[in-house]
Amino acid sequence: MRHDDQPPTDSKTPMVEFAVRAQTPPSAMQRIRSSFSVIPMLGWLTGILCAVFIERFFGDELAYRLYLPKLPVLFGCLIMFKTPVLIPSALAYVILVYVIPVTATARLTAGLTNRLAAILDRGPIAASCLIHLGLLYLALHYWTDLSDYRLLVLKLTMIAVMLTLSLNLINGYMGEFSCSHPGFMALGAYSASTVTLLLFSNDRLFGAAVLPAAWGSYCFPLALIFGGISAAAGALLVAIPSFRTRGDYLAIISLAFMFIVKSLIENLEWLGGPRGMSGQPDWSSLPVVYAWMVACIWVVNNFVRSIYGKALNALRDNEMAAEAMTVNTRKTKITAFMLGAFWAGVAGGLFAHVMRFVNPGTFGIQRLAEVLAMVYFGGLNSVVGSIFGAVSINLISEMLRPLEIYKWIVIPVILILVMIYRPTGLLAFREFDVKAILRPKHSGTGQGA
Amino acid sequence: MPLLQVSGMTHYFGGLRAVHRYHLTLEPGEIRGLIGPNGAGKTTVFNLITGIHTPTEGKVELEGRSIVGRRPHQIAALGLGRTFQNLLLWRHMTVGEHVRMAHYSQLGYGLIGALFGTPRRIAEERRVAENSMRLMEMFDVARYRDFLVGNLPYGAQRRVEMARAMAIDPKVLLLDEPTAGMTPEELVTMIGTIRQVHRDFGVAILLIEHRLKFVMELCRRIQTLVFGEVIAEGTPQEIQRNPHVIEAYLGKEEIA
Repeated sequence: MRHDDQPPTDSKTPMVEFAVRAQTPPSAMQRIRSSFSVIPMLGWLTGILCAVFIERFFGDELAYRLYLPKLPVLFGCLIMFKTPVLIPSALAYVILVYVIPVTATARLTAGLTNRLAAILDRGPIAASCLIHLGLLYLALHYWTDLSDYRLLVLKLTMIAVMLTLSLNLINGYMGEFSCSHPGFMALGAYSASTVTLLLFSNDRLFGAAVLPAAWGSYCFPLALIFGGISAAAGALLVAIPSFRTRGDYLAIISLAFMFIVKSLIENLEWLGGPRGMSGQPDWSSLPVVYAWMVACIWVVNNFVRSIYGKALNALRDNEMAAEAMTVNTRKTKITAFMLGAFWAGVAGGLFAHVMRFVNPGTFGIQRLAEVLAMVYFGGLNSVVGSIFGAVSINLISEMLRPLEIYKWIVIPVILILVMIYRPTGLLAFREFDVKAILRPKHSGTGQGA
Repeated sequence: MPLLQVSGMTHYFGGLRAVHRYHLTLEPGEIRGLIGPNGAGKTTVFNLITGIHTPTEGKVELEGRSIVGRRPHQIAALGLGRTFQNLLLWRHMTVGEHVRMAHYSQLGYGLIGALFGTPRRIAEERRVAENSMRLMEMFDVARYRDFLVGNLPYGAQRRVEMARAMAIDPKVLLLDEPTAGMTPEELVTMIGTIRQVHRDFGVAILLIEHRLKFVMELCRRIQTLVFGEVIAEGTPQEIQRNPHVIEAYLGKEEIA
């Protein structure tokens, strides 16, 4: 076949632009970046583990020496805002305990970890993933071991990751605007709580436990899945009327749905009414929440990278073309919407068992604003973006807690800036390719296989 | 048995009659042209056949089976591939993803495979990727496979759209002004591409076109549509001489 057209001119493609830029003599910043670019994920995890252990063994001592009142819980931010005099000490602590150990260990062990990563790279991807996830879990476990507050923040952050990712599926990948996530979360939280309270707990709403508590931890996943399924059933109610046509219908119907769920729960006395439900067993431990978050990321990432999931992008970009290319758009939309709702429901169930208390007020418009902020901050159509958005917004919001009411000025300003400079979010439209992330990294001269 | 048979197809948009008693008999392996002035209802005919609109009256049969009232994706999966006049590509997707996406109806791994990455899904997606690669090479867009479609030259975008339409493995290919906005050189390439598709895949092609030269080159038979009605049908030579066609295109002598 003849081809008269030229390949795209080089200046237009980002790939080539990058190559051109790399030819200019490297600045100091670029040299630092290139020296860190040889560190594989395994190296970073080793560095983080090392920092966590340094804090575990020397943290208290160091905090005392630096005149800090106690161990800085969230990278010293709380201390910095409360007593500005201690800013240098808090910074010193962060640098000595986190920055230097992480970077130094990661850089120094890069040769070794690259070789290990190369070995893992040759094996099955699942084994490599499990090892990395295990290391990450170890680091998080020992990091949160030092403070209950950290543990709580981390669990809530992981739940936020699940919520953000599941909403990104609808608002990012599918390009519709759904507002019902707090509603799905509420359905999940109340369904899962009802199961656990009814069966395993002596409480004021449902009376004595039916089953022995020892069964509880085995049945908890089932309770969560039940929560997820009830949220998905709610999603079906929203989806059937709103996906008949495109436009703002979903936004309006889903917003209404959120308020309906909230006022329904408020008015059902047997669910505790506005006072809520309390006394859920403490089953949302760190490993449980971590495992569910990993499962959520894995499943959603699998979905969005399959052709069935890519169909979401196709129907978002042009629905008529998607239909003409044999894509069953209605089924695809409803499936994705229910999948998103399912994970929101599971996240809600976990949330209820972390807080061990839920009331309808938790699942209102403010929660919606938070989740939307995380999605749009992190980046649409991107699994990494969702993780990044949820973690950063959650941490920022915790770190700024001492600012009290001004926190609600700072966070929106950050969001507005993001919307101006990166309208689709910071890490939008990225593929989350696990294999590429875990791959050994080589510098120009290269070490490892 | 004709491959695609349309008879008595009429469609109203509200009170406006867009298509009136359109008929078509397309035999396997035929290239048929559909010409007509702007607003004659050519694209509406395509939209009616492919199920985007449901005809108010009339029959549309593919291999003897009625396809009226089915949803567009079902009709497409039965073997009606199409391209669009104004290039409906997916702007956030790469060329490779476009061609792979059109294999949607041929996938059988279902939701379980999509969610959990089963071996069946891996095998099926590999097969789809291989087939897509073959198609992209055939349409000479393989070197762009990881580019977003928006970064491609116009002619290449047209070929991506055709590669995508061929990926659904159609029996009939409907091309809606494949040369719209093309330079004369690109037009020559497009004639070659269409000939090649016709030869290699053996599909029947129904072609909407404005440029008479292009249609004359490719089609044995041509239909002329004016105000939603077929006013003339025949070989290119007959059409060229037909007074009704000349009138529709150039106007009557007294009026002009």
